[in-house]
Amino acid sequence: MYERKFGEVILDLKGISLSFGAMRVLNNISFNVRKGEIRSIIGPNGAGKSSMLNVINGVYHPQEGEITFRGEVRKEMKVHEAAGFGIARTFQNIALFKGMSTLDNIMTGRNLKMKSNMFWQALYWGKAQKEEIEHRKKVEEIIDFLEIQAIRKTPVGRLPYGMQKRVELGRALAAEPEILLLDEPMAGMNVEEKEDMSRFVLDINDEFGTTIVLIEHDMGVVMDISDRVVVLDYGRQLADGTPDVVRNNQDVIDAYLGVPH
Amino acid sequence: MFYREAGEFKASYKADQAILPIRQDRWFIWAILAVAFLVIPAVSSDYWLGTIMLPFLILALAAIGLNVLTGYAGQLSLGTGGFMATGAFAAYKLATMFPGMHILLVLLFSGTITAGVGILFGIPSLRIKGFYLAVATLASQFFLIWMFNKFGWFTNYSSSGVISAPPMTAIGDVLVTGAHATVTAKYLFALSIVTLLALITKNLVRSNIGREWMAVRDMDIAAEIIGIKMLPTKLKAFAYSSFLCGIAGALWAFVHTGSVEPLAFDVNRSFQILFMIIIGGLGSIMGAFLGSAFIVLLPIFLSNAPHWFGLDIPVDLISHIEAMVFGALIIFFLIVEPHGLARLWQITKEKLRLWPFPY
Repeated sequence: MYERKFGEVILDLKGISLSFGAMRVLNNISFNVRKGEIRSIIGPNGAGKSSMLNVINGVYHPQEGEITFRGEVRKEMKVHEAAGFGIARTFQNIALFKGMSTLDNIMTGRNLKMKSNMFWQALYWGKAQKEEIEHRKKVEEIIDFLEIQAIRKTPVGRLPYGMQKRVELGRALAAEPEILLLDEPMAGMNVEEKEDMSRFVLDINDEFGTTIVLIEHDMGVVMDISDRVVVLDYGRQLADGTPDVVRNNQDVIDAYLGVPH
Repeated sequence: MFYREAGEFKASYKADQAILPIRQDRWFIWAILAVAFLVIPAVSSDYWLGTIMLPFLILALAAIGLNVLTGYAGQLSLGTGGFMATGAFAAYKLATMFPGMHILLVLLFSGTITAGVGILFGIPSLRIKGFYLAVATLASQFFLIWMFNKFGWFTNYSSSGVISAPPMTAIGDVLVTGAHATVTAKYLFALSIVTLLALITKNLVRSNIGREWMAVRDMDIAAEIIGIKMLPTKLKAFAYSSFLCGIAGALWAFVHTGSVEPLAFDVNRSFQILFMIIIGGLGSIMGAFLGSAFIVLLPIFLSNAPHWFGLDIPVDLISHIEAMVFGALIIFFLIVEPHGLARLWQITKEKLRLWPFPY
């Protein structure tokens, strides 16, 4: 494998703690994400991985800690801020707009880039029409990239699970994000589908230079495609480093395989 | 066999994004418009135009308005009647305060005033959803009707609480309101406005704002994460929906009945419009027209049907049978196709594409 080069740190999380009432979900978690890398978060069920993503894109607001994004220090992200900064995500349980077609779902992903006002949209003429066509071009590129041309006009509610996952990835890509948060993109897939999805993740990272933060349970995939891995367990941070370092860490082995008492 | 898009190739996104990308659909719509504008006024009696086509069109407009809010943006509302009343009384106040104002401006401004009222009652939608929002909008329904009854200012202190539309002209000296307007002129005026507003609504729902509305309807958390702001998006839906309902109310009072009291827009009206979009199809412009046709035309058909077949049934029995058959048919259609008549039409088209082959 060739040597991968990364840019500066674009997202830095320091001492993040999150509780819901007495329930401590995240306990003093610190890690950073460098530009252009594939960063994985792993851990057993209930470790706080999804909560971590929710903190990054502003759905949850941590009680302690600070988030540095593009050199700006803040206590918490706001949802619309995160979207504006180019942080896109997919969900563990697919969160597509079920009544809309694949095309419309991905077009909606570009809503922040559409500037024409309601008046022009009512006429569907001039600026608004030009904009629709321009963005359609961009969306068609994503559709080609993800190889979903055939389901362009199908309502997503009718699509099989694997395809829905792919459309959701397309919707996140439509925002041309700087950081892409993927919450278990390969859960419930067979080997071929997992290979397809891994290929897409690597291609996105390679072609668009998108930084990727990935949650995944399939260790084979994680160890194969990640540059660095952070391991969580019960809201605590067990390890952080390259796949090799993490794989040989005794705490991680204990957490996954159990410790004899 | 006849309805097949095979061989129709789109060379540009512009052609693919047209309202009706399939040629046969375009012909069909032009044919319907030709019938509506030319044939119906020529062959129909005044009774048909005045008591069937006019309410059908105006209630279809109100149904489009509610469909924007409930069908597209997913905000359940029972305040349609109240918003129609707001439009009617706003139009009356405008027309009597500024007697020279053109009727199109009166409609536009009364729609805008209703949009403002809609925004006001839409603010709670940020916090409450579903049935709870329906109850909140029900409050607006009762409040608005109470207000128009309570304060004489709205009716220019008329002792009966009834407002009467002053005679107004549309183009040249063609009267479209008041006692001397011909039914044909009224019909064509209402038809033009409803067609125009239906087209504008179609444009909105296939643009960015329409996609944002549907995103909020289908999965509000995901919508927020991709950058859609909840409050402005929902309020825009309330504003535009009330705008349409307001114009529908103004048309009802001015063009259809000529004089109206607040009770014409009571909660039953709200339910009537809601049934229209449920039966016609949520999230479909065509569904609003189909639903309105179903609700307006079916009772008339049912009450006349025995007469056509030469059956001699007493009038009171007919009206009872009518209510029973009407209810049974609503249940029947909802069981056959819970997504409404518009979906039934969609399925028919999909079948027609393959006909005469089963798949």
